[in-house]
Amino acid sequence: MEQLLLLIFLPLVGAIITAFTGKSAKIVSTVFSVVSLVLALVIACNFIPNANTQFEVNLPWIAELGINFHAGIDGISMLVVLLTNLLVPIIILSSYKHDYKNPAAFYGLILFMQCGLLLVFTALDAFLFYIGWEAALIPIYFICAIWGGKDRIRINMKFFVYTIAGSLFMLMGIIYLYLQNPAHNFDIQAFYALNLDSAQQGWIFWAFFIAFAIKMPIFPFHTWQPDTYTAAPAQGTMLLSGIMLKMGIYGVIRWLLPIVPAGVHDWGQLAIILSIIGIVYASLIAFTQKDAKRLVAYSSIAHVGLIAAGIFAFNQQGMQGAMVQMLSHGINVVGLFFVLDIIFSRLKTNKIEELGGIAKVAPQLAIVFLIIVLGTVALPGTNGFIGEFLLLMGVYKYGIWAAAIAGLTIIFGAVYMLRMYQNVMLGETNSLTITFTDIKGTEKLVLYTICALIIVLGVYPKPILHLTEASVQHLLEQVNQKLNTVN
Amino acid sequence: MNIIITISITAFIVLYAGLFKANKALLPLTVVGLLTALGFTFCAWNGNAVHFGMMQTDNFALAFSGVCIIGTLLIFLLTQNYFHAKSDNIAEYYTLILFALAGMIMMVSYKNMAMLFVGLEIMSVSLYILAGIRKKDFASNEASLKYFLMGAFSTGFLLFGITLIYGATGSFDLDKIQAYLVDHNTSVSPIFYPGVILMMIGLCFKIGAAPFHFWTPDVYEGSPSLITTFMSTVVKTAGFAAFLRLFAGSFAPLHDFWVAPLMVIVCLTLFIGNVTALFQKNFKRMLAYSSISHAGYLLFSLIVLTKNSGNNVLVYAAAYTFASIIAFAVLILVKQKTGSDSFESFNGLGKKNPLVALSLTIAMLSLAGIPLTAGFIGKYLMFLNVMTQYKTLLVAFAILNALVGFYYYFKVIVAVWFKDGAETELSTPVQYKVVLLVSVVITLILGIYPAIILNLI
Repeated sequence: MEQLLLLIFLPLVGAIITAFTGKSAKIVSTVFSVVSLVLALVIACNFIPNANTQFEVNLPWIAELGINFHAGIDGISMLVVLLTNLLVPIIILSSYKHDYKNPAAFYGLILFMQCGLLLVFTALDAFLFYIGWEAALIPIYFICAIWGGKDRIRINMKFFVYTIAGSLFMLMGIIYLYLQNPAHNFDIQAFYALNLDSAQQGWIFWAFFIAFAIKMPIFPFHTWQPDTYTAAPAQGTMLLSGIMLKMGIYGVIRWLLPIVPAGVHDWGQLAIILSIIGIVYASLIAFTQKDAKRLVAYSSIAHVGLIAAGIFAFNQQGMQGAMVQMLSHGINVVGLFFVLDIIFSRLKTNKIEELGGIAKVAPQLAIVFLIIVLGTVALPGTNGFIGEFLLLMGVYKYGIWAAAIAGLTIIFGAVYMLRMYQNVMLGETNSLTITFTDIKGTEKLVLYTICALIIVLGVYPKPILHLTEASVQHLLEQVNQKLNTVN
Repeated sequence: MNIIITISITAFIVLYAGLFKANKALLPLTVVGLLTALGFTFCAWNGNAVHFGMMQTDNFALAFSGVCIIGTLLIFLLTQNYFHAKSDNIAEYYTLILFALAGMIMMVSYKNMAMLFVGLEIMSVSLYILAGIRKKDFASNEASLKYFLMGAFSTGFLLFGITLIYGATGSFDLDKIQAYLVDHNTSVSPIFYPGVILMMIGLCFKIGAAPFHFWTPDVYEGSPSLITTFMSTVVKTAGFAAFLRLFAGSFAPLHDFWVAPLMVIVCLTLFIGNVTALFQKNFKRMLAYSSISHAGYLLFSLIVLTKNSGNNVLVYAAAYTFASIIAFAVLILVKQKTGSDSFESFNGLGKKNPLVALSLTIAMLSLAGIPLTAGFIGKYLMFLNVMTQYKTLLVAFAILNALVGFYYYFKVIVAVWFKDGAETELSTPVQYKVVLLVSVVITLILGIYPAIILNLI
């Protein structure tokens, strides 16, 4: 159990220390994030991939209100914990070329956010989950609003008000469940065991779903996302798209499905329809984008839509696909945004039409970017393929039309991503791109790592599938059983 | 009893010290006096003594006395050079604040309506003078007059209410009134009901709940900032404690009757406070309007009466008091430097004074109700309280209001951190640093580990 506490609070300690380091904050935060990664790997090695929750911690926190510090890791958590601890060092390393003003605060906030994220991904107490949920939001607000680009204040306020609106309604749902629970605590198992009628489940579904849908984001709750991704600093965008978005998906799997299965049964279809609309809509808009960063932002909405559809399809394949795709999407999208950040920091533009021919002057970047793009468009042999394949299978089982429309994401994605690649990387160099220099140093390190992960996971996804399989199966059984008792 | 006596004696000593021009001794004397009073508060804990049948120092009274005394103490620490710059006779300021505090202690511990009235008047009269203490300043005069007129008006309501209730029950004693209600639960005298409503109106005036809030923004803005700090934090806390003692205690059997008008007041207060705060360009007025909205949240505890109602108010009031003290302390510093209390004068504060800016940020997060600060726990308890009877629509309404709140509190954070300004270097006296540090620490401790205060009463 000490391992888990260490895992959660090491980033917090790192954040506090980093905040007082001044110029050397980069190094200090890197050290802390790498140590966290090692710790997560150690935990993953000691993790037995069965359905049980392991490394459990259950300490009284605010006993008067029935709030405990109850956290633990099962297969589903393990995956996102690994993702978080993997991406944070990558994101920190990717910032090495930048000279952010006031680095101590910048890196401190990233580590603080990591602590919040880990709380979200391990919490087995609804109140703790909520605290982590907000603790992850505050730092990213400051990261985006202090170090962001043009018009950042207005855009961030929109982002903040949107997300906090969602979380407050979730809080209302949590309080309701707490009051329904005769033991008067926030324990997740007690919440699972509640017998709510379908009307109650219906509105609790919405209270939670809106919070999660805004975070992911699912159409029509997505309007904050493209602006925020564009205005945020590169590392902020990576944090948002790579990790924070997974909070919403994870929330659906961990809290929404098992607690209100009847609500999901009643409203899940609508959620799938919204997700599929989002896929098509975001893909279509992605076609028309002139800014590569916005294009990736919209493609992210499309990908997340597919993940959401897979989850609400509610079968083993969809669920497992969502698991793998969470990991893959996190890695790929961070890679994409990093490449765009490299281009932006050299040429000061992400406008697709102003670029071109970069492959000639920067062949290494062209190759890694190609691998990342192929991973994103789900070429067989890359990590994206496994997830999208499983997801589509899951959706297909749910309904053939749904799968047919959702499958458009792959076709559309291939078209706009490859077209973007072509316009940015291939062709003739122009007066702007001729000056482009190839990647080196930490850029290489980060991008090679990402490419390696893309290929390794694509060729050999078994460990990841194995890691989550038992937990996913257990979850489905649990929910189905509960659903049968309600009906 | 010891608490009131200590505070009153301190007030007299300070007055005499002022007479002998011992201006340097005023603050130390006051601090010693207040610390002694605080010591008595701790000693009397769990004592539950009744004094002359008029006052009851139970844990409820002691806890609120504690918050009021600590709040006053912090505000006194902010007086360094503040009054000196404005007047020669600064002993009067000290004395008046101390007398107001004595009145508040009566208000939180009354057992008899006469004591409520006496305490309220001691406090109010002191405040009328304090609001207008800059006698050559037009705004200050206006504030004082407005406050006095409104205060007198509300006292009238209160007194009429007390009279009617006396007429119905034949007693001023809280316990006897409650006993009357319990005994005559089907045949309560018809003059009792208007009595309850009139008292509610009177007390709502005092705590600045809508629609009886019109005096607050002007009075808060016109009074010297330090007095505003005092009025919007400590005074408000005492007012709520008095409100709670009466309505959650004596009038509880009649809850079904007065909860409906209270609901209207709560919704109006939340809405008017938040929406008007949103449009303010002046930081001080924003705080004034937001303090109205906080009154709305505080009244949540009366909508559903549980055994925790008192404690919930205590947590919320403590959270609000300490966060507001930070906000006003920074406001005083900024105003001394720039001469303005608009949002623009906070621009760029984060660059030159990161610690002051950080304290202000934490205060704003707490007022907005972000987790890991005391303000969140306060709001959480209020929502929880109302949710126990599943008044989900009310909570949804409060959530929408909280969102508006986020918007204007974050305007301050935006100004402090994200806007470029004159990058004013503030001189932060040691005492200010102490106040900021103490308040920040309390805000964070209550936010992270609220267990220490949750079952106090």
